[in-house]
Amino acid sequence: MTTYLVKRLIMLIPLMIGITLITFAVIHLAPGEPVEMQMAMNPKVGKEARDRLKKFYGLDQPLHTQYFNWVGKLVRLDLGRSFSSDGRPVRDKIKERLPVTISLNVIALLLEFGLAIPIGILAATHRDSWLDKGITVFVFLGFAVPTFWLALLLMYFLGVKFNWLPISGLHTLGSDSYGTVRYLWDLAKHLIMPVMVASFGSLAGLSRYMRSSMLNVIGQDYITTARAKGLSERVVIYKHALRNALLPLITLAGFSIPGLIGGSVIFETIYAIPGMGQLFYQGVMSRDYPVVMGILVIGAFLTLIGNLIADISYALADPRIRQGA
Amino acid sequence: MAGYKSSYFYVVFWQNLKRNRLALAGGCVVALLFVVSLLAPLVAPSDPNAINAWQVLSPPSWQHWFGTDELGRDVFSRVLYGARISLKVGFVAVGIAVSIGTVVGLVSGYYSGVIDTVLMRLVDIMLCFPAFFLILAVITFLEPSIWYIMMVIGLTGWMGVARLVRAETLSIREMDYITAARCIGCSDRRIIFRHILPNAMSPVLVSASLGVAGAILTESALSFLGIGVQPPTPSWGNILTSGKDYIEFAWWLSLFPGLAILVTVLAYNLLGEGIRDALDPRVKH
Repeated sequence: MTTYLVKRLIMLIPLMIGITLITFAVIHLAPGEPVEMQMAMNPKVGKEARDRLKKFYGLDQPLHTQYFNWVGKLVRLDLGRSFSSDGRPVRDKIKERLPVTISLNVIALLLEFGLAIPIGILAATHRDSWLDKGITVFVFLGFAVPTFWLALLLMYFLGVKFNWLPISGLHTLGSDSYGTVRYLWDLAKHLIMPVMVASFGSLAGLSRYMRSSMLNVIGQDYITTARAKGLSERVVIYKHALRNALLPLITLAGFSIPGLIGGSVIFETIYAIPGMGQLFYQGVMSRDYPVVMGILVIGAFLTLIGNLIADISYALADPRIRQGA
Repeated sequence: MAGYKSSYFYVVFWQNLKRNRLALAGGCVVALLFVVSLLAPLVAPSDPNAINAWQVLSPPSWQHWFGTDELGRDVFSRVLYGARISLKVGFVAVGIAVSIGTVVGLVSGYYSGVIDTVLMRLVDIMLCFPAFFLILAVITFLEPSIWYIMMVIGLTGWMGVARLVRAETLSIREMDYITAARCIGCSDRRIIFRHILPNAMSPVLVSASLGVAGAILTESALSFLGIGVQPPTPSWGNILTSGKDYIEFAWWLSLFPGLAILVTVLAYNLLGEGIRDALDPRVKH
């Protein structure tokens, strides 16, 4: 296990270097310089001021120097200052928004798995029944529904038409004065729609995967053996089959992380949630390149960490890897 | 699926596909979309950009099947023209992704060793980035244009194809006919493109069809956020942007373009799954 862990950690190094290289390339190889972008809004800025600003951000140096400066700062978690008028450090901006996005996505991930596993088991154990067909229809719709459209529909029906749920932000104005219970209830009501939207997209894929994984396991010899020795179907499915069917889902959880983080741009923008996705969108719209670059790197590192956790959990759950390495 | 594919392969493939009614339905919708896109000026009841100040935000009626938008433009015509954009985006973006992915996969699988390691690490790195973040970041620094969107969606979506083609190439490389080709002195290039490529393409067909669906979804999300296709050019995503702004008064602005996306993406997915099943010798109908 230790060897496996060490190997896995060493593999991270080239990936991390690659991530910084690609982020840097994306920002610097795109036509138009960041400072020009910032200046384009303000035609009054002269050449001299432009050069001064370039020097201030170190943009007058050769690319490789800029890269090493940037990575050097990145290692110290210094992501530079935002181009926006407040000029705050990007690190602080991300730090105050990261918890919102991560907790939202963790809730969404839990909900996804909580629903997809039973749905997948049901579809697999009732294969080819009307139930299975119904689930298949749901899965295909789930793949095809654009998340932002779903968000709009929910907003219209639950928020505008029936007025059951608040349609934006995380808190009602003045909720600071509420008691704890009422405060949390208020927060929960604000979270329902975003979490639904965030989890819906991957729910379909996950259920389908769970179904095929389960079918795969049920078809194996040891399940036939379990049935042959007279175990009840319940025990066969939930005790013998389920464990093995769940294994590939661990990896899938790791893979679904970039999708979740990327998707947060959409639902955070629509529901006005002050998370990383919204910050990114604002950064993109105002061409605030230190923010964009910072979030791009952080988003990729989060994926990397997510995959690492998934791999380690897999190794812990699967004795063939745990003891093999 | 060993060996060079004879016409028999395609006959069986077509027979399998024909029996799958859902896939056929998907295919029909896709064909219909092609026709509609080509004939949009003939089919559309009015000019998609014709402004009518007297009929702002009017609900669906005989005259305007899908109602009108905040400038009095006919939503039905705009949705029809929107089909052009999504079709173009779907095919060009996937074309780019498939070309890059296929070449990377072929080279990686055929040469193995250092080249393979480097290319596959590149795939791993690219997969670490939330694709939507990467696309947004690139588009930030470019003038908004549909060509950039197609390029960027393609450039960030080739990794899956590369892995697929590499896996196929690895197994095809060991076949006798490849050894034979090498013995008679074929160049690497000829072996890769003439002998391996045609046999490695079938799984790519599936992921291309699913990829078109994904690209259409991405484009509509980008346009919805105001970073994609710029108004007044109609796209399903940017019609939905005004749908969001007028959601309290005009449900039709949100409903119809969304349904158009849903049906189109569903059709490509059904077609893709159908092709997968038809190619898979294990699936019996």
